[in-house]
Amino acid sequence: MIDRSHKDELDRRIVLATQNGLPLDTQPYHWIAKELDITSEIVMQRMQVMLDDGRIRRIGVVPNHYRLGYTANGMSVWDIADDEIKAIGKKVGELDIVSHCYQRPRHLPDWPYNMFAMVHGSSRQEVIDKVAGIANMLEDKVRSYDILFSTRILKKTGLRLSGD
Amino acid sequence: MDSLDRRIINTMQGDFPLVERPFKEVATELETSENELITRLRCMLDDGVLTRFGPLYNAEKMGGALSLCAMCVPAERFDEVVEQVNALPQVAHNYQRDHAMNMWFVLATETDTELQETLTTIREKTSLDVFDFPKLEEFYVGLNLQV
Repeated sequence: MIDRSHKDELDRRIVLATQNGLPLDTQPYHWIAKELDITSEIVMQRMQVMLDDGRIRRIGVVPNHYRLGYTANGMSVWDIADDEIKAIGKKVGELDIVSHCYQRPRHLPDWPYNMFAMVHGSSRQEVIDKVAGIANMLEDKVRSYDILFSTRILKKTGLRLSGD
Repeated sequence: MDSLDRRIINTMQGDFPLVERPFKEVATELETSENELITRLRCMLDDGVLTRFGPLYNAEKMGGALSLCAMCVPAERFDEVVEQVNALPQVAHNYQRDHAMNMWFVLATETDTELQETLTTIREKTSLDVFDFPKLEEFYVGLNLQV
């Protein structure tokens, strides 16, 4: 039996060893295992546990959406009544054209928006039209909204744990 | 990018198998060889078509803290501030956006205390305010880009 704290420590070491990505080797888990001085079975087993409990969202490639032709990436931001945001957020999050949808705090007076939804498209106009479609769908539930387009990726890395 | 590259991108955004020879398994599904698949992935990573390959961790579930932050950076200081902000390992993504709040980045830290300290560091280093937008509720996270 492996005790709880031992498992936590093991998982932490696996995260540290994989947070920059998996090695492009025919036996990637074996390679990680060797680095951690454990067996590849344990690496795969612990990663499966982390997938099952949601600590790992998924294992795979992350495409650069700009390079794939999704050059317009609009962060739509919405001012929704607090008592309605749960229902509205769920509805907007379910749309195919929306990737991430969150409730976040307002910063009044600079920032009245409390719902953020990422919308991707091949042109700004496409994103603007999609966002206008969402606004139509929500009708009077929307007090105001805006779209912030990204003009440049300044940095993109995964989650990082410090290796202390 | 040819049709094999596209099929790799379309099928490999999740579900990479936890088996001894995972590339071999995926290669069979894509009707290519293990070596060809690995070579293609390496090329697309080197070339910047892919930004990452591996497990995507959920920071909060790992016990860490995460927040979206924004700053209003004067145009003449933009490059300097990019350098100051990006130098911090806690900054995961950073995007320039066309708004008065023109710099938007995600801070990922191991604890909430570290998150607050990092915000303070950025304010001190840049002498600019940082607005933080921690997630209050997550309605949906998922993206499967098809090419």
